[in-house]
Amino acid sequence: MTALATALPGENVHITTDPYTEPFWQAAKEDRLVAPKCADCGTFRMPPTPFCPSCQSREVEWPRLSGRAVVYSFSVVHGFPGLPDITLVAAVLDLPDAPGARLVSNVIDVDPAKVEIGDEVEVVFAPIADGWKLPLFRPVA
Amino acid sequence: MRATSDVAVVGVGATEYYRRGQSWPRTITELAGSAILAACDDAGLTAKDIDGFAYYSGAGAGYGQSMDTAEFMETLGIPEVTFSAALTSGGGGAAGSIGLARAAIVAGDANVVVTVMALQQARQRLGSVFAAAPASPMNSFIQPSGLSGPGHLMSVLTRRHMYDYGTRREAFAEIALSQRENAANRPKALKKEPLTLDDYFNARMIAEPLCLYDFCLETDGAVAVITTSAERAKDLKQKPVPVVAAAHGGSRDWGRAFGWMGMPGENFASSGHAPVAKHLFERAGVGPADIDVALLYDHFSPMVLMQLEDYGFCAKGEGGPFVESGAIRYKGGSIPVNTHGGQLSEAYIIGMTHIKEGVEQMRGTAINQVPDAELALVSGGPAALPVSGLILGRDS
Repeated sequence: MTALATALPGENVHITTDPYTEPFWQAAKEDRLVAPKCADCGTFRMPPTPFCPSCQSREVEWPRLSGRAVVYSFSVVHGFPGLPDITLVAAVLDLPDAPGARLVSNVIDVDPAKVEIGDEVEVVFAPIADGWKLPLFRPVA
Repeated sequence: MRATSDVAVVGVGATEYYRRGQSWPRTITELAGSAILAACDDAGLTAKDIDGFAYYSGAGAGYGQSMDTAEFMETLGIPEVTFSAALTSGGGGAAGSIGLARAAIVAGDANVVVTVMALQQARQRLGSVFAAAPASPMNSFIQPSGLSGPGHLMSVLTRRHMYDYGTRREAFAEIALSQRENAANRPKALKKEPLTLDDYFNARMIAEPLCLYDFCLETDGAVAVITTSAERAKDLKQKPVPVVAAAHGGSRDWGRAFGWMGMPGENFASSGHAPVAKHLFERAGVGPADIDVALLYDHFSPMVLMQLEDYGFCAKGEGGPFVESGAIRYKGGSIPVNTHGGQLSEAYIIGMTHIKEGVEQMRGTAINQVPDAELALVSGGPAALPVSGLILGRDS
C-alpha cells in the first residue's frame, strides 16, 4: 500500500495577510471557501489583490463557493526541508464557480499514483499556526 | 550574414565554479570583483575604464545577497560611474541585462558597462528558497502546499505540458544527457561524468514528473561581461561581439508565472518567452532558422523544451518529439543547445554562463565551437516577468 498523500503539519504552516487577502482567510477560519469577485464587472481573481485586472475597479464581493474544484495540474512532492519522508500532492485547482481564478493547495487522503488532471475534489479545512485554517482538498466521493 | 550593431560585448570573465557552499573563504564581493577584473583583462581594459553597471535580478545575488555599485567602486578603484541600474525580478532578466547596458550606451549615459552576477550559497540554498522564506500575504497562497523551490513549482507546469501534448520524460532526459555530453570536455564543468538513460530513469524523484537530473546544479561563482560602443570596441583586444538585438518583458498572461499559477490557456505550459521572442526576432530582422546556436536558460530541463517552442524552433506542443529527434545535439543536431553544458552540467550562475558561451561562440573560440556560427540566441530564465532574450552576432 502506497503512503497516502498528506499536507504539511498544520503547526508548521504559517500565513500572513494584508487588508486585501484577509477576507479569504477569515472565511476559511469559518470553513467557508470564498474568492474575490469584481463588484462592477464580475471578474474573479486569485490571489486577492487591490484592483480588478479587467476594469480596474476597487469594489469587491466575496461570494461563498461550493468548495468543489478540478485538478488543472499537480506535482507529487517527495520530502520537504525537515520532513524528508513526507509525500504531498501539490495541486493547481480550477474553481468552476469562480471561473478564471485558481487555487494552489494539496489533494490529501489519496494514493498519489491515482491522481489525474481533471479529477474533481472538494474542500476541507485544516487548522494551521496562529489559529488560521487552510483549505485542503479530497477526492469527491 | 554579418552582424552590425551600435554596441558590442568586448570582455567576459569568470571565477572557478564551486559546488554550493564550497567557495568560502572567498566572499561574494571578491568573487564578483575577480570576474569583473577578468572581464576587463579579457577586453584590454582596466577597472578605471568602467563607468556603468547594468544588473538584473534587482541587483540581487542569489538568496539574500546583492551586487552593489558603490562597493565595487570602493574595492576595485573605479573612479566615477554615470549609470547604475537593474532589471527587476529574477533570473528572467539575465540576457536582457545586456540590453540595459546597450540602452545606457546608446543614450550616451555610459560607455563601458559591466554586467555581473555572483552566487554564494553558504547561508541558504536556492533549491529550498521558498520553504525558508518568511510568510508574505502573496506567498501564503503557495507556500503551504509544500512547493518548496522553483523546480517544484515548474514541475506543475511540466505535468500540464505532458498532459496537453503527450510530452514524455524521454525528452527531458535527452536535454539532460545532451548537455552532460557537452560538459564532458570542459575543464571548469562541475559534472563531466557521462549520464545514461538508465541513470536518468533510476534517479530520485524530487517533484514528479521531475527527477534529480531535471534540476540544475547549485553552484558558487561569478561571471562578468563588459559591453561598450561599437566604435570603442574596434580598438580593444578581442574581436567585438555585436549585440544584434535584446528584448525583455512579457505578457500579463504569464505575469508572476509559477508564483501565481493563474496563466490561462496555453500560457500555463510554456516558458513565457513567446512575446519576447517576437520582439527579439523583429528587432534583429532574423528568424529562428537563422540562429546557429541556442544558449537557453536551463534551471529545469522541461523549460528548455518549452523555450524551443516559444522561440519557434518547433511548433507549440512539438518540443518533445523535436528534442527526442536529436535536434539539439552539438554533434549532428540542427540547432545545438547549451554547448557549454549549461546549468544542468557546467555551473549555475543564474544565466551568465549562457552569455559567456554566446560570446565565445561568436568569437569562434568556444570549446565546443559550432562551425561558422554567425548568430547566437541567449535567453534569460523562464520566471516571473521580465523574461528576456539576446541575439549576438559575429563581427565582420
